[in-house]
Amino acid sequence: MCLVSDFNFHIIEDYFSLFMEGTILTIELSIAGIILGSLLGLAIAFGNMSRRWYLHLPTQGYIHLFRGTPLLLQILIVHFGLVAQVLGRTDAIVAAIVALALNSAAYTAEIFRAGIQSIDKGQTEAALSLGMTRGQAMRHIVLPQAIKRMIPAFGNEFIVLIKDSSLVAIITAPELMYWTRSAAAQYSKVWEPYLFAALVYLVLTYSMSKLLKFVERKM
Amino acid sequence: MPMNPIISVQGIHKAFGKNVVLQDISIEIEKQEVVVVIGPSGSGKSTFLRCLNLLESPESGDIRIEGQSLFDKKTKIEEIRAEAGMVFQSFNLFPHKTVLENIMLAPMKVRGQTAEQAKAKALELLAKVGLSDKADAKPSSLSGGQSQRVAIARALAMEPKVMLFDEPTSALDPEMVGEVLAVMKQLAQEGMTMVVVTHEMGFAREVGDRIVFMEQGKIVEIGEPKQLFEAPQHERTKAFLSKVL
Repeated sequence: MCLVSDFNFHIIEDYFSLFMEGTILTIELSIAGIILGSLLGLAIAFGNMSRRWYLHLPTQGYIHLFRGTPLLLQILIVHFGLVAQVLGRTDAIVAAIVALALNSAAYTAEIFRAGIQSIDKGQTEAALSLGMTRGQAMRHIVLPQAIKRMIPAFGNEFIVLIKDSSLVAIITAPELMYWTRSAAAQYSKVWEPYLFAALVYLVLTYSMSKLLKFVERKM
Repeated sequence: MPMNPIISVQGIHKAFGKNVVLQDISIEIEKQEVVVVIGPSGSGKSTFLRCLNLLESPESGDIRIEGQSLFDKKTKIEEIRAEAGMVFQSFNLFPHKTVLENIMLAPMKVRGQTAEQAKAKALELLAKVGLSDKADAKPSSLSGGQSQRVAIARALAMEPKVMLFDEPTSALDPEMVGEVLAVMKQLAQEGMTMVVVTHEMGFAREVGDRIVFMEQGKIVEIGEPKQLFEAPQHERTKAFLSKVL
């Protein structure tokens, strides 16, 4: 098959506005997943580092559960189970955000934990010896140093999240992958929609890695 | 007998698992007194010091600061720590903050001072330790001796009643020990109450009001420097001093 001569740019042109809508939703889902996942991940990390069993054990279980099962399965359970139960109807976008956030939280929790524990104990002791509370020591001394060390790992996680958001096409959340499959089906074509989608994902993930490099330099 | 000790330690015990590190430690420390704790590695002297601001908690016994028990439920541990400045062997400066910010942070966050108040005090303290030109430097650009002097200024910014020094010169290159000891000596002369864990016997002898010799988690002997260094009462003190002097 001759790829270039067969390449029908009209498919992309016809679908362009839908591709762009899908891309915007992909970006929105990714940002929501990153923000909610990071906040939840931070809370889980603190629970996991606690010496209290009733905080440590459930968070440990959470991390195992969400890292040990496929994201696709989690998306289906959240969509047809959790969200349908709670809302009384299905909502693909809500389900997509919840599933991505819950999944991402398990990974970011481990990034937070490793980052916080990598800071020398003497830093906390110095802060405490000056009269700061444990919370103040964490907020002013440990976290600012830890977060700087976590940035490369976060960059990795955010890139994975952008790519994994494509899985929510399966529950018909109208993001980039959804419209890509739709175009492929309508025209019975493979190369045009899929290569175009690949290009868009590449632009998104490359921008994310550049953004985090910039943030890392600034800190 | 001490009349009104600022620190009163009564029979504290501490063990890490089966390893007993402090046994029946009792001592009273007067205002403006400089108490120097010496002894071999692993004798429990750092653990003892860290019990005084509850970075370690003893399992039994009592510690009172100005009559207030650290184990009283009403005691706010942060308030006690704010009154007891601590200087660590490894400095523990905050690497993400400038020298000035290191000194200003706790007075602002703990004492609620304004940035102007905290900055004025910080600059005054930097002048005192001879590092006015380093105000905007990051800790990573300082030598060991400079770092430790900043750490002392940082502790002093809280205007503590007591200063605790945990082997403050042990991590320094020999040529930098003097500049740190000079600052500590000046503090002692100004009347600061100090508890100093150190291997610097010259400093102990010259600046200490009393010397505490510890071994295997116990206080073996307490005495004035002249008496303890020249006429130690216990064989174990003699054996230790013969090795280090």
